[in-house]
Amino acid sequence: MRFIVRRLGFFLITLWVALTLNFFIPRLMPGNPAQAMMARYKGRINPDALKALEVAFGLDTQKPLLVQYVEYLGNTVTGHFGVSLTFFPQPVSEVVAQALPWTLGLVGVTTVIAFLLGTGIGMISGWRRNGIADSVLPPVFVITSALPYFWVGLILIMVFSLGTNGALPSDGGYDQTLNPGWNAEFIIDVIKHAILPSLSILIISIGGWILTMRNNVVTTVAEDYIRMARAKGIADRKIMINYAARNAVLPNLAGFAISLGFVVSGAILVEFTFNYPGVGYMLLSAVTNEDYPLMQALFVLITVTVLVAVLISDFLTALLDPRVRSAS
Amino acid sequence: MSAVTATAAETAVEAPATRIRPGAGVLRAVVGNKKALAGAIMLAIFVIAAIVPQLFTTIHNPNQQFAQMLPPGSGHLLGTNAFGQDIWTQLVYGTRQSLFVCVMVGVLASVVSIIIGVSAAYLGGLGEDLLSLLTDVFLVIPALPLIIVIAAYAGGGKMPVLIGVLVITGWSYGARQLRAQAMSLRNRDFLESARVRGERASYVIVFEILPTMVSLIAANFLGIALYALLTEAGLQFIGLGNSSANSWGTMLHWAQTNEALQTGQQWWVIAPGLAIGLLGASFALLNYAFDEIGNPALRPVRRRKVRR
Repeated sequence: MRFIVRRLGFFLITLWVALTLNFFIPRLMPGNPAQAMMARYKGRINPDALKALEVAFGLDTQKPLLVQYVEYLGNTVTGHFGVSLTFFPQPVSEVVAQALPWTLGLVGVTTVIAFLLGTGIGMISGWRRNGIADSVLPPVFVITSALPYFWVGLILIMVFSLGTNGALPSDGGYDQTLNPGWNAEFIIDVIKHAILPSLSILIISIGGWILTMRNNVVTTVAEDYIRMARAKGIADRKIMINYAARNAVLPNLAGFAISLGFVVSGAILVEFTFNYPGVGYMLLSAVTNEDYPLMQALFVLITVTVLVAVLISDFLTALLDPRVRSAS
Repeated sequence: MSAVTATAAETAVEAPATRIRPGAGVLRAVVGNKKALAGAIMLAIFVIAAIVPQLFTTIHNPNQQFAQMLPPGSGHLLGTNAFGQDIWTQLVYGTRQSLFVCVMVGVLASVVSIIIGVSAAYLGGLGEDLLSLLTDVFLVIPALPLIIVIAAYAGGGKMPVLIGVLVITGWSYGARQLRAQAMSLRNRDFLESARVRGERASYVIVFEILPTMVSLIAANFLGIALYALLTEAGLQFIGLGNSSANSWGTMLHWAQTNEALQTGQQWWVIAPGLAIGLLGASFALLNYAFDEIGNPALRPVRRRKVRR
């Protein structure tokens, strides 16, 4: 019980710090969205309208900072993020709701695949010390984990999109000429658009799972209960899966929960490379357009999902590993 | 941060550091480990290119204009780009900034993590709780979105801003590792004896605790440098860096905005990414060696035919 209260307390404090950073960073810097909007319309808005805009965006600079801060915290808790500048006059919540499914679909599915595949390969490679998998894979993935993953995306575009005369699309989430909806043609098109970005995330993230799983298995294999199982004459494959992997995967499960939290933010650069209409691409366009309300909402969304995932992973670890519970 | 360093964290913490000789094994591990040796040689080449780029190319101004979009050939090893710049020369001269950022961020963030991590462990009590809380908070706040937001508003691209932002978002992981390591040392006899001798806390930390953590600190530095390299390149790629700077990330940015792939200038894209990957790999390979120092179980087993 004390464990749960502690973790919840940490969750709230971290959330507060993130929200506070989110509020103060833009305000400590020069420029504000109403002025940016003015600049975009190049003098076609008169100064009176500017005041009105500032009020509309909730950026009333006349109010003391503290009042603005308290109002901001209140609005964040109730989910009122105001109106987007880039997609004026759509409310921010609507804009975010359009981008979210794309990211969840692309990065979410890819993360699950990477985890399953990586853990499987890591298990085999750790179990067969000095086998082919064990001597080849770790060095290879040490190197791939050092590649910039937007660049891997660019190379994939070069080989599979341009190199094949556009067999796989490299731009956007779907063909703009198609009618979005639950019909076979559209769904196939969406999947085709997702292949290359998904592949570039997979190539970069799988190495981490392989290495941690391999190292966990290597450490587990040295345990007495494995020797015991061997002595009992249990089949090798059975020991690998039911004894070694089962224990070795525990730390990875917590990592998996956290990486699911990073799904929302994890692929900003990939989405940029492929012009994929997800949360990351939206965050970047919000930044370049000085769209405060949209940017703040996205940062809050990303932070909250990560924090919730960390919380879940803490509870998961405690549930699966009693030693963690008693230690705290 | 990558999983490469994550394994370093777990394993180093488990292995009690009883060895006190400063830096013992670091050099031996690098030279005696093929992967680490390869990493060290690669890193050395990059360092030379950063210091004396003239050794690698006869063109002394990376922005000198030639005919545009020349294919790779005798005069221009990797061809020229849409601006008529020689791509190989740009690559060689770009090494300096990329390496500089890695090293600066690596050093500064390491110092911050050492100060916060070790003093948290050494102080104990409320001070420890507060510093640990701070570390944990920065550990879970998603770094890249935060970096993007800060860089966008801080008039991104200026070198000190870039380095500052990377340090702010990069120190927490190391601080946590070092705290865990320092905590396991806290009650060892040699520290007790230093305390009984009446040494000051700063002396104990610098001369008694830190030398036992050299390999962990080095692994940490490499992890942060890799993180800085990739994040800096990413920021410059999306246009949040200084677009007139001479660096690999900026090259990728201009290649992307000029549709280099679509217009047959592949090397403009391939070369800088490869350079980033190779420098990153040299950090990662070196890190591998430190992993194996920290956790002997991971060391390569001598091939012995036990049973088939």
